[in-house]
Amino acid sequence: MNPLPIPTNPGAPFMARLLRHEWVSAKLRHATHHRTIGFGYLLLSLVAVIIGALLSLIMRTHLAWPNWQLPLHGPILPEEYLALVTMHGTLMLFFVLTVAPQSGFGNLILPAQLGTRHMAFPRINAAGLYLTAFALVTLLAAFFVPGGAPIGGWTAYPPLSATPLAGPGQGFGMDLWLASIALFSIATTLNAINMLTTITNLRCEGLTWERLPLTVWGWFTAALLSILAFSVLLAAILLLFCDRHLHSGFFFPAQDLISGTLLQHRGDGSPLLWLHLFWFFGHPEVYIAILPGMGLTSMVIANFSRRRVFAYRLMIATTLLIGFLGILVWGHHMFVAGLNPFAGTAFSISTIAIALPAAAKVFSWLATTWGSRPRLATPMLFALGFVSLFITGGLTGPILAQPILDEYLHNTFFVVAHFHLIMAMAGVFGLFCATYYWAPLLFHRTLSEPLGKLHFWTTLLGAYSTFLPMHFTGLAAEPRHYSQLTGIAGPSAALLQSTLPLQRHITASAIFLVCAQLPFFLNLLLAWRRPANKDTNPWDATTMEWAPNAFNPHPIDQPSIVYRGPSHYADTGTEFLPQWSPVNTFNTEAE
Amino acid sequence: MPSTITPPEIDRHRISDGNNGHRPPTDKRTGGNGEGDGDNWNNRPRGHRGPHERISQARIGLFFALGGDLMFFVALISVFFVTKASGHFDAYDHFINQWLPTAIPSILWLNTIALLLSSVTAEIARRAMFRDVDAMDEWFGLGRPVSYRAALWLSATLALGILFLAGQWVAWDQLAAQHVFFRSNPSSHFFYLITITHAVHLFLGIVALIVALAALKFSRSLATRQVFVDTTVWYWHVMGALWIFLFLLLEFGQ
Repeated sequence: MNPLPIPTNPGAPFMARLLRHEWVSAKLRHATHHRTIGFGYLLLSLVAVIIGALLSLIMRTHLAWPNWQLPLHGPILPEEYLALVTMHGTLMLFFVLTVAPQSGFGNLILPAQLGTRHMAFPRINAAGLYLTAFALVTLLAAFFVPGGAPIGGWTAYPPLSATPLAGPGQGFGMDLWLASIALFSIATTLNAINMLTTITNLRCEGLTWERLPLTVWGWFTAALLSILAFSVLLAAILLLFCDRHLHSGFFFPAQDLISGTLLQHRGDGSPLLWLHLFWFFGHPEVYIAILPGMGLTSMVIANFSRRRVFAYRLMIATTLLIGFLGILVWGHHMFVAGLNPFAGTAFSISTIAIALPAAAKVFSWLATTWGSRPRLATPMLFALGFVSLFITGGLTGPILAQPILDEYLHNTFFVVAHFHLIMAMAGVFGLFCATYYWAPLLFHRTLSEPLGKLHFWTTLLGAYSTFLPMHFTGLAAEPRHYSQLTGIAGPSAALLQSTLPLQRHITASAIFLVCAQLPFFLNLLLAWRRPANKDTNPWDATTMEWAPNAFNPHPIDQPSIVYRGPSHYADTGTEFLPQWSPVNTFNTEAE
Repeated sequence: MPSTITPPEIDRHRISDGNNGHRPPTDKRTGGNGEGDGDNWNNRPRGHRGPHERISQARIGLFFALGGDLMFFVALISVFFVTKASGHFDAYDHFINQWLPTAIPSILWLNTIALLLSSVTAEIARRAMFRDVDAMDEWFGLGRPVSYRAALWLSATLALGILFLAGQWVAWDQLAAQHVFFRSNPSSHFFYLITITHAVHLFLGIVALIVALAALKFSRSLATRQVFVDTTVWYWHVMGALWIFLFLLLEFGQ
């Protein structure tokens, strides 16, 4: 494009004249376009997931073969192992499971699903992306500072996170961690404000709340939770920063002894206070990670089963209810941390109550596909895989929700198995489902089915083979955060020694699971070389993003109109009524 | 807005350029649209319904942002009460609570009054943005009475806001003179935490006021000016109300 001369209007200030310039405004529009931002977020989470997965492989290899030397590094010291744990958790929780489903796919798909062309606040949206990128760089920089990365885990429990005395990485590394997560909180809040406003204000004609696809409900609820939770995390980080640098004592107990140093005159703080603040954020956070996947699973299962979503209104209600209950259950992370037992009972009840809406969701998924002849394309397989992992991981939830059982299991690998299945694996299956399902929109190409199926089956096998055995090592009392299971004195040594064959199996499975992602990347690469799809709606989908030109609208297109709720499939034949079709071609009832 | 002339087709169907220029000072699509509905903007598709929609979108965005922001203060205040109540048992089994209430400098009362007044002036400025008569004057090309009126009151708000921040500075100064610092006592942690985080928010409000004043001066679109002033003033009101609560907490809640 030829840069045109800047229109001369001597009265206007320089910035205004500059912004009015054709070339500048075109660049700005591109940079603030929701699709640019969505792909940017996905790219960030791709970087994070690759690094996070590599860190986990190093941890697994070290657990199974403690004397293994990391090439170019040497043996892995206990504090380095803890740094790996911390960075793996932080990268995966924040930069993968929060960024990709909510900010990434949310930005890419949400406007089209609402029948609108833009988000409510494009510039705020772009600011969110840049802040997130900056937060990621800040976090990764912690590897390269004196002392290395922090070793306090992604939960950063004080008092060990509140003083550099606690170990290497708790100095400058921990400060970088705090800065990174503070930036991340602000970025996620900006993104959530943008999404909530877009959903409340920019739905197209006819798109009532009840007609919103369940994916939108998932994003909406997750954004609400983000607004409530990340501000509290930000406040907690501010207080921890004060404890570290301004000599306050919010989280230090009186007369605390850390690494042989007695910390006096630091107030009567309580580490438990941090746990309250952190988990008030942390538990909603895991629902932020999983709710978009739940919504997508509902829609994809209905799409490929060619059925309506079973109990649609109830699914909206359960989405909101899971979000609401998610705010009330944070104490179940603290059963063994010195929580008042009566409070434990209350949190136990609210936690077990989540089983109700969660089970309702599972039944709806099963009922939707039950007796249909689903088209088992790759997105459908990943949606079913999501259901499978959600059930497997979810069933251990009510077990861990009971304080008396949690007392034994909390610091074992049983919990690791639980949250990796229900949150990490189910969340990642949701992401794969989204990628395969929306590939015709995002890349204008359908991804290869044989490669996709190979990817699905190997990933499913790898996921179960990696995380199911962790239940058993956990029941055999394998503790979390132990860098080495051999060479421990006492009777527990024999017990831990006995889990070593299983440890090697888990490690091999983890390597297999990572290798199983190669077909996926190959698939993306091969799709690049294929010609573009002609068919704009290859899955016979009904939601608005598949309407002709909805994802890629031309400025002079007519605005979208929605005529009905999603997933209207005829009971018998192959007919379906997309949301954008003005005529009812069914002979049956319309709504 | 009522119609006078129906602009030619080529002006009415001009493709949006994202508000970056080439746009007439007012939305020209004001004449009848030929559908006999008096060009009711509510019949247009969402996102094209004119200034009212824009301002409601900005308000809703601000509402969500402030919701999150208030959670930040909810967390701080929860920690305030937890810390105030917590202590430990010493070797003789005495319960020791280190909390010594911080004496609040009385200038905070004056600051509070300044902030209350600033909310009043801000509200007058906000309402001045929506006077039909002034908007019509501008429409007819008779100057910019909307901007003049609002800029005056907004400048008063700005002055009072700066006065408030200066007053807060004096309060910190007075405390420092009495050797009360952030690190002195758990209660002084909170005095400084609460006043400083609130001052940061108010500083952002002052930046927003300056931006709104710049918009009043330079923006040609009345709708844009309304959005800037309206959201700034709502933010200012919420920060004022929040301060009343925080001040009462510090004055009587210790």
